[in-house]
Amino acid sequence: MYQPDAIDWQIIEYIQEGLPLVHRPYAPLATQLGLSETHLTSRIANLHHTGIIKRFGIVIHHRRLGYQANGMVVWDVPDEQLIDTAQHFTQFVHVTLCYQRSRHLPQWPYNLFTMIHGLNRQHVIAHVAALNEACGSFPHEILFSQQCFKQCGAHYVNPIKTEVKPCDRQ
Amino acid sequence: MIDNNDRAIINHLQGGFPLCERPYQVVAEHLGLTETEVLQRLQNLLDKKILSRFGPMYHAEKLGGGLTLAALKVPPARFDQVMAMVNAFPEVAHNYQREHELNMWFVLATETPQRILAVIAEIEQQTGLKVYNLPKEREYFIGLKWEV
Repeated sequence: MYQPDAIDWQIIEYIQEGLPLVHRPYAPLATQLGLSETHLTSRIANLHHTGIIKRFGIVIHHRRLGYQANGMVVWDVPDEQLIDTAQHFTQFVHVTLCYQRSRHLPQWPYNLFTMIHGLNRQHVIAHVAALNEACGSFPHEILFSQQCFKQCGAHYVNPIKTEVKPCDRQ
Repeated sequence: MIDNNDRAIINHLQGGFPLCERPYQVVAEHLGLTETEVLQRLQNLLDKKILSRFGPMYHAEKLGGGLTLAALKVPPARFDQVMAMVNAFPEVAHNYQREHELNMWFVLATETPQRILAVIAEIEQQTGLKVYNLPKEREYFIGLKWEV
């Protein structure tokens, strides 16, 4: 597994809050690190290629776009059908996340988690019904969110430095 | 609230972001806008909180950190008290109230994988409630982008 070096870590820290909205967004960091912009972007491409950056782009606030309902839908899928079912789920546009997680039997039988956004609850319920129908009908529950109390995202700190920054954006 | 050019920018950027000296220029050319207009529109979408961030999503485990989803069954009368206790942990990145017997769902992000179990033990000790630890075993990547 690729281990980020000291320069990678400076890049990871610098761009985590978002890329600056200026004509040459990589120039200030490149200057700071003594690299060319081309070298810097090839480093970022490498972080992407090695999977350290899962995705580079925008994070949408669905609620602000009018998608008022968000349901975490949990599914109990037989282990031997899990991968195929999960890959099928990811082909539906209303599924925005799809994770496999461990069950906690007997209290918690669910092993596949999907996030479904909709304009309202009825839409989410309809999307889930369509998904269930199309993918093979599994026991599931929709957990609608009532309120979000804290959303500050993970914050990554360069381990090569000693400073520890708590997540303080609430 | 947003117009067709905003939509075009959002839809385009979900597919990825060019890695070059003037990435906004590349996006602008693709969409038939000016670079300055793309920058202004992105700033506006961030200011209105339609976009929560514009940048990288990291793979926590590959950076040496720990990440998990955890849930609690909180008696309704104690919900506010327990929420305050849980949110006081700097490792709690998100916390949602959901309609279920398991009514509090939060994400823990820690600097080391070992720290996850320590934080869970501290939360259990402070709240007197069992924490359901539901770490990700596999992530399935979304095949389609969200069109707005």
